[in-house]
Amino acid sequence: MSSTLVELEHISKSYGSKLIIDDLSLTIHENEFVTLLGPSGCGKTTTLRIIGGFEMPDSGRVLFEGRDITNTPPNHRNLNTVFQKYALFPNMTIAENIAFGLRISKKSKQYIDDKIKYALKLVNMEDFADRSVDSISGGQQQRVAIARAIVNEPKLLLLDEPLGALDLKLRQEMQYELIRLKNELGITFIYVTHDQEEALTMSDTVVVMNQGYIQQMGTPESIYNEPENAFVAAFIGDSNIIPGFMVQDKLVDILGVRFDCVDSGFGTNTPVDVVIRPEDVILGKPGEGRMDGRVTHIIFKGVHYEMEVMAGGFEWLVQSTVGHPVGEEVSISVDPFNIQIMNKPASEDEEAIKLDE
Amino acid sequence: MNKRSFTAPYIIWIIGGTLIPLAMMFYYGLTDESGTWTLQNILAIFEPGNLRALWKSLLYSAACTVVCLLLSYPIALILRNVKRAKGVIVFIFLLPMWVNFLLRTMAWQVLLEKGGVINGILSWIGLPKARLINTPGAIIMGMVYDFLPFMLLPINNVLSKVPNSLTEAAYDLGASKAQVITKVLLPLSVPGIVSGITMVFVPALTTFVISNMLGGGKILLIGNIIEQEFTVGDNWNLGAGLSIVMMIFILVSMAFIAKFDKKGEGLA
Repeated sequence: MSSTLVELEHISKSYGSKLIIDDLSLTIHENEFVTLLGPSGCGKTTTLRIIGGFEMPDSGRVLFEGRDITNTPPNHRNLNTVFQKYALFPNMTIAENIAFGLRISKKSKQYIDDKIKYALKLVNMEDFADRSVDSISGGQQQRVAIARAIVNEPKLLLLDEPLGALDLKLRQEMQYELIRLKNELGITFIYVTHDQEEALTMSDTVVVMNQGYIQQMGTPESIYNEPENAFVAAFIGDSNIIPGFMVQDKLVDILGVRFDCVDSGFGTNTPVDVVIRPEDVILGKPGEGRMDGRVTHIIFKGVHYEMEVMAGGFEWLVQSTVGHPVGEEVSISVDPFNIQIMNKPASEDEEAIKLDE
Repeated sequence: MNKRSFTAPYIIWIIGGTLIPLAMMFYYGLTDESGTWTLQNILAIFEPGNLRALWKSLLYSAACTVVCLLLSYPIALILRNVKRAKGVIVFIFLLPMWVNFLLRTMAWQVLLEKGGVINGILSWIGLPKARLINTPGAIIMGMVYDFLPFMLLPINNVLSKVPNSLTEAAYDLGASKAQVITKVLLPLSVPGIVSGITMVFVPALTTFVISNMLGGGKILLIGNIIEQEFTVGDNWNLGAGLSIVMMIFILVSMAFIAKFDKKGEGLA
């Protein structure tokens, strides 16, 4: 991967007695799309605000291109922010909003005019230069906020839940738009959201946070397919989290039934948590699978049916394009590579995280 | 009873409290003692004595407005960032308003007069006595004291409604702290400033109580002249005529001000 742009070193921050971020370290590379994902209050926005310079960490350092910027005010940082509620200046036109940063840095009129045109074109808002802020829709304000940030040619763009206020259709459109912008501009994005789908769709790297800790960091695929703990598994998508134990390498006991799996290195007869995604549970005729059960609920979700199946004393969440009526006897089986084994929480911190979720 | 009849009290109020008195004022102002129509009461504003009083009124009320603005704006900026004690601080500024207006002005008389409190302190620390009362400074001081809350409240109202994200956005885009004020907060608080100016300038322009009590009857503002025409001079026609001139003055300044305060946010 390319060179390091931002490093957070052992950042801690609390408000009063409430610890928001606890000894957080994170490295972000140039041209990376990093998403901080987590429930509200997990410290993701505070982390972003510390990078932006709006909050001071209680301890730890922020490095930007290797330089310590912990005490640098926001107006001297080479980055820009797209705020949650856009924060466009209502007393200025769209063009004046976009020109704000350029006028502050005393660029020539010609340069500013060119930049406004370029930025408006980039966000498909060419005809809106002289409109007032309150005459355009939320989605359009969103685009202007992005344009206003990127004309300053920052190395880093911080986005604080920028799509949160938009409706679903527009949100999906803007997701593609943001990916396109990031690729065209070649700048680094740090994106904060609580929407796991948004995070998986857009990011190169997803950082899952909870209770001020980084729970897991990795590509969207690895976060989804190989969650490291129960919090990540539960937060990203739906999942069945079942207590079990490793009999030996590549063999796990779930609810008294042995399943082949692909994980090893957990020792023998070790208690573990097993994660199985609902779309990976295969339903068949009774006796054909690993264990038998009975369908207790079914809902039609559009793309698939979502069912609950009582088997082995556990209520399995199952998604399938084939529906089975309530009361039908079925069998359950799972392909070995779809069984994800996680360590049981070891430390008290991890335990607390699990209890609090 | 239909819904319309509920408007009756207000219609009576408007007719009895506004329209009839206004009509009377215009009648007196545009006639002489014998009841013949004339413009001389209006034109009387151009007499040197009256013109001087009007000029002084404009000058003093403008000075009072500027001082109020200069005092209020920084406080309002500070109050923006105060979280817990904000209500208490605003309350302290409002507190004097609950004391009777005449009493408050009289208190300044006691403070400023020759044998008053301030001169007492001055001579106690060995400084010569100063002539404080019956000066333009005393009148402007009294005006500022009486009208300051009317400037602070609308500005505070508007400024505290500006979301933090706007100042942060400006800061993020490279603006210094001073630029955040001049480029974002100041333009956004124009409606508050404008209504503050109206609410201070208009009463200061027409006051006669403050100039009476702190000017010792020696400094005549246009308000004093009008008052004297009604009480001492017994010339209601002239008093009404000059009042019409003042009303036009105020209407023109309001129209001018309304140009800025299009949304009426300052009064909210």
